[in-house]
Amino acid sequence: MSIDMSQFHQVFFEECFEGLEAMESGLLSLDIGDIDSEVINTIFRAAHSIKGGSGTFGFTVVAEYTHIMETLLDEMRDGRRQVTKPAVDVLLGSVDCLREMLTSIQNEEDVNMSSVAKHQAALEIELNGKASGGDHAPAATHAAAPAPVAVHEEPEPEEEEIEEEQGWKIAFCPYLSLLKTGNDPVRLFRELSALGTLTSNVNIQDVPPFAELDPEECNISWELKLVTDATEAAVREIFSWVEEDCALELAPLAKPKKAKKPKAAPAPVVEAAPVPVVEAAPAPAAAKKAAPTESDPSKNAPKASSSIRVDTDKIDTLINMVGEVVITQSMLGLIGENFTMDKVGQLKRGLAQLERHTRDLQQSVMNIRMLPISFVFSRFPRLVHDISTKLNKKITLKLVGENTEVDKAVVELINDPLVHLIRNSLDHGIEMPAERLAAGKPEMGTIELKAYHRGGHIVIEIVDDGRGMDKSKLLAKAIEKGLVDESTIMSDKQILELIFMPGFSTAEQLTDISGRGVGMDVVRRNIQSLGGNIDIISELGKGSTIAIHLPLTLAILDGQSVAVGDETYIVPLVSIIESINITEKMLNKVAGKGETFKLRNEYLPIIRMREIFNVKSGAATKSNEGVIVVVEGQGALCGFLVDELLGQQQVVIKSLEANYRRVEGVSGATILGDGSVALILDVPGLVRLSVR
Amino acid sequence: MASILAVDDSASMRKMVSFTLKTAGYDVEEAEDGVDALEKAKVRTFDCIVTDVNMPNKDGITLIRDLRQLPQYKHVPMLMLTTESGMEKKMEGKEAGATGWMVKPFNPDQLLKTLLKVLG
Repeated sequence: MSIDMSQFHQVFFEECFEGLEAMESGLLSLDIGDIDSEVINTIFRAAHSIKGGSGTFGFTVVAEYTHIMETLLDEMRDGRRQVTKPAVDVLLGSVDCLREMLTSIQNEEDVNMSSVAKHQAALEIELNGKASGGDHAPAATHAAAPAPVAVHEEPEPEEEEIEEEQGWKIAFCPYLSLLKTGNDPVRLFRELSALGTLTSNVNIQDVPPFAELDPEECNISWELKLVTDATEAAVREIFSWVEEDCALELAPLAKPKKAKKPKAAPAPVVEAAPVPVVEAAPAPAAAKKAAPTESDPSKNAPKASSSIRVDTDKIDTLINMVGEVVITQSMLGLIGENFTMDKVGQLKRGLAQLERHTRDLQQSVMNIRMLPISFVFSRFPRLVHDISTKLNKKITLKLVGENTEVDKAVVELINDPLVHLIRNSLDHGIEMPAERLAAGKPEMGTIELKAYHRGGHIVIEIVDDGRGMDKSKLLAKAIEKGLVDESTIMSDKQILELIFMPGFSTAEQLTDISGRGVGMDVVRRNIQSLGGNIDIISELGKGSTIAIHLPLTLAILDGQSVAVGDETYIVPLVSIIESINITEKMLNKVAGKGETFKLRNEYLPIIRMREIFNVKSGAATKSNEGVIVVVEGQGALCGFLVDELLGQQQVVIKSLEANYRRVEGVSGATILGDGSVALILDVPGLVRLSVR
Repeated sequence: MASILAVDDSASMRKMVSFTLKTAGYDVEEAEDGVDALEKAKVRTFDCIVTDVNMPNKDGITLIRDLRQLPQYKHVPMLMLTTESGMEKKMEGKEAGATGWMVKPFNPDQLLKTLLKVLG
């Protein structure tokens, strides 16, 4: 049967990359000196699976390479080898190398063999104390000996030819336990008879009287005569699984005469595996060829497709929900069939049910897009490890709340900003060990990466216990760069936010680790484009905290509909603090600052929606009528003056940019139940507008 | 047609095994580790078990040992898939009650031929 193995390649690659990630995080979490055997086991298992899979799917280079890793890890696992920092580093390097190899293979590119050879040499030195030279014996032979099923030894040219009956006399005496492993003499005989003509002579003298008979024991033995030209090895092969469960004697049927070469054995149990055997040539050269033809990723094999892994529980819930909807729908259909007015109550109930189920269904579908943030976090331990080594700093990274779920789109887009922020903390935040000790801090710096849900948001925090930001330095720098005026009086918060201004960089000298002054403003822009915002808290000498607030999902939002004239606008519910009816005496005009109102003890700016969106329709409200929706954006409070509050509802966000163009103060649009379009307000954007 | 439970923590291997067996007409169910397999094996009785050895949660050898304790699996053939060509693991498997083994890597044809040794 021919099975197209390339159909499994995609799964195999995904699995490999997952395995590599597991290895990487395992390696990074290894505490030298106090080795957790479970971690080593996990790492070993990942290497082992990659090796097994790559062998099966014909990626010999990978199989060969992982074999060396596996050997090394196996020795660590058994405690035959110490886990040392250099060994861990070599293994980490190997993870990178494998990832590179697999990516090349996946993209149908040539594997960069010089890099592979370099890593392989490092591994071998770690393993043997020396790199295997040109002969390359250990690695090549091991990996290339993929012991096929039931190793069928080549019929050795035994120089024998039999007169009449060529074959074997077999004394097969199973132990009582033979049946316990699910083996069955009958099957063995069937196989034997495939080799030639089998005659058997059964010996039942050991069978106990019926009363004492245990049917699970094998009390019978056989004398078999097999007329065949198969070799002894081929015959023994059939018994290989029961070797330990029986006494087996083989004798040739007739004395062989010296003669011509025998014919090849007729198909033994299993043919030798056609696994590409790497010739014992120097590894690099051999491996280069091994971009295996068998795996020639067939034309239809998808390249890096974007797929998503979903918990089966989520799918089950979804299917459940769909079932509910179908039931409700058929119930409504029934009501509609012979509708009479007395069924109105029933109809309403049905519709209410439909609404509930639709909402649940929607939630379940959205849930599928939710991935744990660990998808992003998991790569940071490595980053921190590598960079801190490079900087000669001692830093531990703590991950908190890795299982917090966020929208897939957020997962994809938040990575780059986070990398930037973490690099900043590593480079500028945490001090050199000596400096830390001098400041009375532990030598080891800590960076904490946290994720948690709050309200309708997910919050990601990067907390370091480094030197913190020097506000006077920041201010001086900003003035020097002409970003702010010397006379401006700024709050601490505003000073810290200076780092988000384009062209601002405090590093006294630029390093290749963190920014070139293009950093933080881009970070902030990226986060804002995700509908989020970013805050900084920093204390000189104690450390900094950067908090990123992001919406849970980018596709649906809970909104408050408000009326302005004849138009309806949607205010994201998460930004609303409260809504109040306005009274005359609450309003103040402040010269040069526009309108404000007093909320308890604070004066907040008012934005008149009617003016900002130039709405003329509808009954013109007097300036002192309406509702103020107090919202928070960019860390500041602000009041939106609208005519009326309508309902709250979940709205599906449609991009305005894609369908029309970008409009300031509007983050998107949605379609209301009556088919009309409502704009979704971009609260931070509007607040920014009002400040201007 | 005979029913087979294919156990492997590696999705690609599992898919390969199960696809091969299904194509050959067997009734195949998949399990992703020993724990999963044991549960599935209790729900219905399979005619044959094909399991990987190295797996998280419960390895293949422990799975075989556990299954052999169940009356309905006393004589069901159980094959283990191992990358280790050495006898040590195989013997460990045999002691646990494995019927036989297949050494990885193998191709679909080898898999089917080996299965024929224990099925039918």
